[in-house]
Amino acid sequence: MAGSTLEIKNLHVSIEGKEILKGVNLTVKGGEFHAIMGPNGTGKSTLASAIMGHPKYEITEGSILLNGEDVLEMEVDERARAGLFLAMQYPSEISGVTTSDFLRSAINARREEGNEIPLMQFIKDLDKDLDFLEIDQSMATRYLNEGFSGGEKKRNEILQLMQIKPDIAILDEIDSGLDIDALKVVSKGINKMRGEDFGCLIITHYQRLLNYITPDFVHVMMQGRVVKSGGPELAHRLEAEGYDWIKEELGIEDETVGQNA
Amino acid sequence: MTVDTKLPYDRSYIEQFSAERNEPEWMKELRLNALDQAESLELPKPDKTKIGNWNFTRFKHVATGEKIASLTDLPAEIQDFFDVENLPENIVIQRNHTVAFAQLNEELSNKGVIFTDIFTALKEHEDLVKRYYMKDAVAVEEHKLTALHAALMNGGVFVYVPKNVQIEEPLQAVFWQEDPEVALVNHVLVVAEENSELTYVENYISNNKEEATVANIVTEVIAQDNAKVSFGAVDNFAAGTTTYVNRRGVGYRHATIDWALGQMNDGNTVSENVTHLIGDGSVSNANAVTVGRGKQIQNFTAKIAQWGKNSDAQILQRGVMKESATSIFNAIGKIEHGASGANNEQTSRVLMLSEKARGDANPILLIDEDDVTAGHAASVGRVDPMQLYYLMSRGITQEEAERLVIHGFLDPVVAQLPIAAVKKQLKQVIERKVN
Repeated sequence: MAGSTLEIKNLHVSIEGKEILKGVNLTVKGGEFHAIMGPNGTGKSTLASAIMGHPKYEITEGSILLNGEDVLEMEVDERARAGLFLAMQYPSEISGVTTSDFLRSAINARREEGNEIPLMQFIKDLDKDLDFLEIDQSMATRYLNEGFSGGEKKRNEILQLMQIKPDIAILDEIDSGLDIDALKVVSKGINKMRGEDFGCLIITHYQRLLNYITPDFVHVMMQGRVVKSGGPELAHRLEAEGYDWIKEELGIEDETVGQNA
Repeated sequence: MTVDTKLPYDRSYIEQFSAERNEPEWMKELRLNALDQAESLELPKPDKTKIGNWNFTRFKHVATGEKIASLTDLPAEIQDFFDVENLPENIVIQRNHTVAFAQLNEELSNKGVIFTDIFTALKEHEDLVKRYYMKDAVAVEEHKLTALHAALMNGGVFVYVPKNVQIEEPLQAVFWQEDPEVALVNHVLVVAEENSELTYVENYISNNKEEATVANIVTEVIAQDNAKVSFGAVDNFAAGTTTYVNRRGVGYRHATIDWALGQMNDGNTVSENVTHLIGDGSVSNANAVTVGRGKQIQNFTAKIAQWGKNSDAQILQRGVMKESATSIFNAIGKIEHGASGANNEQTSRVLMLSEKARGDANPILLIDEDDVTAGHAASVGRVDPMQLYYLMSRGITQEEAERLVIHGFLDPVVAQLPIAAVKKQLKQVIERKVN
């Protein structure tokens, strides 16, 4: 199979009664890297959370399909086992559970009972990815995200991405709070995933991540919708000129979700 | 009071019980004196738990247990306590009140280490037992239950490590209440002489889900100057047993007493774990975990009282409450006047898994000295839905995610148990209790 397809159609999402997404349309296929850009408060992270099934977000209209299957009918863990992955902006700390034990549970959750990953192979794969991401080996035995610096948490999210090998990954502001060296390492990990069987949706409001990861498609979100799409050149223009020209073009005064065009 | 608290055992019964075991005269006198006091003394008053109508007096007092030839003859549930491939060198297994199996590494016994049941110790090491038995740690007359314990003590072990002897291999005791109606009135006395070191781990187990009986346990740990005692326990009495367990330590100069207690009883339980840091520079880490289920009511008090200058006390309690279980966690730090430079930290955390469960964490600091540091933290909460969301977003089922969070919550204490097989066994008990 040459990759999965994630289709988001006319997606409307509310949180505590307030509508944040107002009709998002987007398709991500295996082999494609999409970037979603846009100023703060335009609904980017809501889109990521809604796809994964965050309990606080309510889908009021529209659909999300993964290879034609209705994602909205699935529990969070079923979505993950179907092939979705979300690198979170604020990963939870899980005291008492080591990164290594957690990763093994996550990997085995995708495998049939009786076909669990052999321990030696798991250790070998984990060591390789830790080295690749320039993470100290001790992270494997530390409790998941507990006491991790911001940068360590982001690297750990990418470590999970590399270990779990999803079909479609959503990366929610994976670049926030990273210094330039960490940004390079994180980008290296994401780029390593590139391939026909892997599609990626990268959410960022800085263009700088896209200096290291070249997206095939760039989308701009404002007021809870995708208002403009293009190729990598769109990101470069945003870097150079900011968002005002788009607002002008579309007649938008306030780009945040509280407003309507 | 609805419950008849009149004792079912009288002076002549105790005289006979003591005579049958050829106990020394002082022991018989101690028992009889305690019996007299038990009539008039009141029950202890654990903070926020009413125990007035709990059964502490209705039980069968004796039952014999057969000896076994080898550890591998034990039932599987007891074999869980050790690694069958790598059998422990130093172990006492008490079946009801009889020693079913005991062995001690010869090298250790040549060095003067004593690890034997309490009745043998009374015969062979009378002076040592007499010197410490209910003297410096727990007193007979503290309340009705300590007095009852002294009067009716029917089992236990004596551990003695001479000066300058450091034991690397752990000493392990298994107290197996095989008869569903018999009470364990168990006394554990651990004496670590100057500059000695030992690790002791005990397991209590019973299967009486229906039959009502009592466990009345007193443990005394004496750590002389520079001694280091690491004490681990897994309590696993079934729902029919009402438990009073008092584990008390006394630490002298630069002594260390560390506790790692897995308190997994299914019946009502009052637990006191009190350590007196008498000597300068003495240290105690008191760690305890529990899982409450069914309708059981439990009260856990961990207290460290500090007299020694620069003494250091750390209390860590973790509890998981499910179904209609109720638990009170009292963490008490007491720093006496003159204990300058003392430090006392306490943390009590309770995780609630059901609407009907109740948990209460009460950190208490009582300080009579200016030059000290102290701190406490307490929390009672539910499983964080964001943690579950995060774990499930990696494909882990909700059930497995909850399991990970619960085990993780208890891990800081479980990890401290000093014997790998016991740690594993505690994890299994936790697994059974939370699922």
